[in-house]
Amino acid sequence: MDTALLFDDAVVLLPELVLAVGVMVLMMVDIGRRGQNGSQLLAGLSVVILLLGIGASVMIWGRAPVEYLDGAVSDGFALSVRLVILIAGVLGVLLSRNQFPAIERQGGAFYSLYLLAVIGMMLMGTATNLIVLFIALEIFSLALYILSGFYREDPRSIEAAMKYFLLGAFASTFFVYGCALLYGAGGSSKFTQIHETLATGGGNPSLVLPGIALLLVGFGFKVSLVPFHMWTPDVYQGAPTPVTAFMSVGTKAAAFAGFFRLMMTALPSYHDQWAMPLAILAVLTMTVGNLTALRQSSVKRMLAYSGIAHAGNILIALVAGTAAASSAAAFYLFAYAFMNIGAFTVTIAFERQHGNENDLEQGRLAGAAERFPVLAAAMAIFMLSLSGIPPLAGFFGKFLVFKAAVEAGWAWLVVIGVLNSAISAYYYLRIVVAMYFQQPEEEADEREPSIVPASRPSVFVVAVSVLAVVVIGLQPGLWADLLRGLGQ
Amino acid sequence: MLSILTFLPVVGAIVVLLAPGDSLKKGLALGATVATFVVSLMLLPGWQEIPDMQFVERYAWMPDLNIYYHLGVDGISLWLVLLTTLLMPIAVAFSNQHIKQNLGGYLALMLLMETAVLGVFLALDLVLFYVFWEFSLIPMAFLIGKWGSQNRIYAAVKFFLYTLAGSALMLVAILALYFNAGTFDLLELQEAGLPPGLQQLAFLAFALAFAIKVPLFPFHTWLPDAHVEAPTAGSVLLAGVLLKLGTYGFLRFALPLFPVAVADYASLISFLAIIGILYGALVALAQRDLKSLVAYSSVAHMGFVVLGIFALNEQGISGAVLQMVNHGLSTGALFLLVGMLYERRHTRLLKDYGGLWASVPIFSFFFLVVAMSSAGLPGLNGFIGEFTILLGTYRSSPFFAVLGTAGVILAAWYLLHAFRQVAQGELTNPANFKGKLPDLNWAEIGQLLPIVLLFFVIGLAPNFFLDKINPSVAALEVVQAPADSVELLVDSSDQPPLTSGSSSLTTNH
Repeated sequence: MDTALLFDDAVVLLPELVLAVGVMVLMMVDIGRRGQNGSQLLAGLSVVILLLGIGASVMIWGRAPVEYLDGAVSDGFALSVRLVILIAGVLGVLLSRNQFPAIERQGGAFYSLYLLAVIGMMLMGTATNLIVLFIALEIFSLALYILSGFYREDPRSIEAAMKYFLLGAFASTFFVYGCALLYGAGGSSKFTQIHETLATGGGNPSLVLPGIALLLVGFGFKVSLVPFHMWTPDVYQGAPTPVTAFMSVGTKAAAFAGFFRLMMTALPSYHDQWAMPLAILAVLTMTVGNLTALRQSSVKRMLAYSGIAHAGNILIALVAGTAAASSAAAFYLFAYAFMNIGAFTVTIAFERQHGNENDLEQGRLAGAAERFPVLAAAMAIFMLSLSGIPPLAGFFGKFLVFKAAVEAGWAWLVVIGVLNSAISAYYYLRIVVAMYFQQPEEEADEREPSIVPASRPSVFVVAVSVLAVVVIGLQPGLWADLLRGLGQ
Repeated sequence: MLSILTFLPVVGAIVVLLAPGDSLKKGLALGATVATFVVSLMLLPGWQEIPDMQFVERYAWMPDLNIYYHLGVDGISLWLVLLTTLLMPIAVAFSNQHIKQNLGGYLALMLLMETAVLGVFLALDLVLFYVFWEFSLIPMAFLIGKWGSQNRIYAAVKFFLYTLAGSALMLVAILALYFNAGTFDLLELQEAGLPPGLQQLAFLAFALAFAIKVPLFPFHTWLPDAHVEAPTAGSVLLAGVLLKLGTYGFLRFALPLFPVAVADYASLISFLAIIGILYGALVALAQRDLKSLVAYSSVAHMGFVVLGIFALNEQGISGAVLQMVNHGLSTGALFLLVGMLYERRHTRLLKDYGGLWASVPIFSFFFLVVAMSSAGLPGLNGFIGEFTILLGTYRSSPFFAVLGTAGVILAAWYLLHAFRQVAQGELTNPANFKGKLPDLNWAEIGQLLPIVLLFFVIGLAPNFFLDKINPSVAALEVVQAPADSVELLVDSSDQPPLTSGSSSLTTNH
């Protein structure tokens, strides 16, 4: 192999490379400071590394898309997805800083696994090859299995990790088998090659649909589509909340990016066959997610089911399968990153207020607006944005996805989508009602009233998220322009 | 100009939130609303009596997607804008006196609502319109849920979800229109015209959203809850301004965009409006709570507005526009009066009052004038609006006009009934005795006086208002088509060119 080839277009993967080097540095630093307590330094270092990653992405923004060794490409879509994942990563690290004893003790392990997960997710968005796709999936999945079990003393965290790992491993086998079948069908592991072979009548078309079905199981598990969603609430509830916050956005962005690229570059000629099953899955996912979220009393479980419903919305974009739809999905994920992580941040702050329990009942929020006006206002903005009320970011995410779907002729699916949005408003509103309209139960006044019961980094996260949700909502054109879809 | 008008209240809201001290907040909020009113008055000197949009502003908002920040005002929206900007300072002044808890938040929400409502009245891009439309829910839901009476949470959630669900399908319809014509711009869509099949579906989606907002029978169930639980200023704005968003939506979007579907459904909607008029009036008659009485009277009065719109002729629609303003003024004033009474006695039950004319004559006088305006006494504003509407309705369907007139009689009945229960008769309840129950003070008179003066202005010089409304109404396609067909009938006895709905309207002549 010509070694020049190896380096020529390596710039395509610059952000991933920056992070990979960063992980090594981080581990070295951790070894160098063995025995010291606290992980402030490591958290700071992780933030710097992630910011460098964002810088690297910006640097290669706008270059003509080049394919690197037939395995990865750095087009507008990949960059958009990277940006979403890196932002989610930064916000997640800031959340975990200085708050959790378990993370303090083992900072080196936590942050290097965390960055590895980020690398895997970003790689998934660039993959143009079944093998790269699978490796990327495994990199971030393995890291996340461990991270969700990071509270070793908490049985629920262990349970979450165990459940996630067992079901995830199971889903991965489906995924690999699907890859194998597609390889058999198209005679190549390269997406575009598969498409060419199949489009010209070559290959073994009878393997395509079974292949898609198996891949769908794997993807469906990662983005928690109904009926592959059972793990989601337990893992979201049990895992350390910063991990949940990061995972809920990052995994969705990565898996959807990979899914989009695979379906739209390898199998566009089969769009007629795969669109309808996906549409049915989208309906199921939105409806089941929303209806179940209605019945949750734990804030984190509610957010988990709401995440499932949002996955259903994004799936509508894939059903449409157009370039506009993929950029709409990128916008949706971008908006979702801020509002969802923002919501989790406020949840953590309230959890800490109630004695560091790793779970928060909605009833405990009663009267929160009186005691913590700033946090409550932020939470209200996130909730309204998640339910898609204009002029906040979440509305335009939905708007763009729905618009792309109507243009592709899926009006009935959009009708179900908007009706689901209306249902979802009910449970998001319930949080607002609890915070603003309900009176707190006694015991409230013994605590010192404080404006913000949160650490400084989380305040920063909340501030950035609120700002982003509002600015994206008021100036959506700017961001829709920036975030690109496939083939744009 | 229109942007300043729309966003001045937001600036006010931010300033109010940041300002220290309640008295400063009060002054700033009042100042912001008065300033907005002054800006809106500046629309009048440069006004041209033409059908087109005036003071138009248009900038790219999401250029890739063809979405524009497009504002404009015409004869249909002009008076509604002025109604909003006039009622706001009054509502703020009332709240300044009576709201004690968390005043800054309350005033900021009111100001945000003003922006949302003005945005709806001025937006000419469907996406921009939808954004303002949906956003208007949030401040109102908060006002009810946080500052309302006992059952406020239920009422706030019901209000929010009911109206949100109603407009969900409208978003799909907007997207479908875009898919069909490639633009979200109202004026461009109007020119492009839409295929009849799409018109039917899109009209139903839009009409559902608007009908819930108006509220048209049988979508009215959220309204009494919301009104009864809302704080007084909230009720004033809800009745005065927010309900108008629904009827305005019919006028601005449904009529120009879906003329074929409108003609098809006009009879059905007029029928619902008639039921609303009679039902609202009868239920109002049976109320024991003064505030619910006024709330149900809103259902009846808004029924008149819808009836006028779907008469689909110039008189009907112009009368409807004027009646929207009238209803905003008179019902707004009624809610203010109920609020003033409630702040004194903390009861709204009719049986707790009676004979108030003896103890609080100024209050009773205002109550009488406002009730008369609401009942449509000639010489006051309500008469002009109702009369023009019924005239228009008679031209399209004498049967509906007769039933509508019955509604006018019922309105006089329940309003006089309310007045008799409150102000006349024996002064029996000791809590109402002179000296115990203070009469209106100067501040309260100041809040009511501008409204009452306008009753007379509109009632005695309606043409000043109608002349500005008429050109825009006459330009509506649905208005022109039946008018042409009337001539056709006279000239050649040919069937009019339009489909079933409008032909049934014209055969009634």
